[in-house]
Amino acid sequence: MAKVKGSIVVDIEKCKGCELCVVTCPTKTIALAAEVNGKGYHYAYPANPELCIGCTNCATVCPDGVITVYRMKI
Amino acid sequence: MKTAEGLKDIIKPENLVYRKSSLITDKPFSYCPGCGHGTTHRIIAEVIEEENLAENTIGVCPVGCSVLMYDFLDLDIQQAAHGRAPAVATAIKRLMPEKFVFTYQGDGDLAAIGTSETIHACNRGENILIVFINNGIYGMTGGQMAPTTLEGMKSSTSPYGRDVKMMGNPLKMTELVAMLPGTCYVTRQSVHTPAAVRKAKKAIKKAVGYQKKGMGTCFIEIVSNCPSGWKMTPVESNKWMEENMFAYYKPGDLKVPAESDADAENKNEQ
Repeated sequence: MAKVKGSIVVDIEKCKGCELCVVTCPTKTIALAAEVNGKGYHYAYPANPELCIGCTNCATVCPDGVITVYRMKI
Repeated sequence: MKTAEGLKDIIKPENLVYRKSSLITDKPFSYCPGCGHGTTHRIIAEVIEEENLAENTIGVCPVGCSVLMYDFLDLDIQQAAHGRAPAVATAIKRLMPEKFVFTYQGDGDLAAIGTSETIHACNRGENILIVFINNGIYGMTGGQMAPTTLEGMKSSTSPYGRDVKMMGNPLKMTELVAMLPGTCYVTRQSVHTPAAVRKAKKAIKKAVGYQKKGMGTCFIEIVSNCPSGWKMTPVESNKWMEENMFAYYKPGDLKVPAESDADAENKNEQ
């Protein structure tokens, strides 16, 4: 079976840290950072990037559209 | 750093599976963290982009949190007086029938101030799409009680919860307009989970198709959260919405066009 690997890019400065992507991620790839961005929000970032499968769930629920998803078969 | 290199290989334009629509401007949304407005803006932009309607769309925004929509979407958007978006959209559609016309209204706007405009536009069967965001509260002005506030729900003007004996029952606008002969497609959706977002997007896409065919008013209610107004975290508010809002405002289609048309639509999708 072909393995699917994904990767996300978060626009950190636009992220408002609402945590909706964190709870929808099926592989627990995303977490909120301990640091804050320019607005003072704990932004989302791929804490376990190797687990990402590129399912686009996080980007689909993101109210601010800050997540871009890439996926490839390896 | 084997993983980092591996990830760099993945981040290439040919592997792109999701990016926000190019119709969304670089300006950050002014909404609170976790608000359903942002998600709804995004899916509307995505549908319009996919249907190639960017040059032929006119949106009408009323007063409320969504009033600044013209800043966030790279579309032609007209601002209307509070609650009067369906009336303005009626005029736009009648003068420019080739355009795709939609209104985007909150519950305070559509269900309180603009009730008559909404009902009459739907009754006349104006060929427009009405997107109705229902979060059961006046979000922009500080969480006051709206006609759609649930029984017992606390708001800044009903601190002990809504008492239906004194303040009346929550208004089900969507059920109301579904009864009118002018509407062709009436549905209630939400945008709190990936599956719900995809369904809501499909509903908007259907409405675009129905408007192209001139079948009448399409009315899409989106049950949304208001984390700031409800005084909850975004995740908590979505859970509260699932448990309480969905019990009263049941998601699903309330009215779909006659079977033959619906079947044709389904076949096209497949």
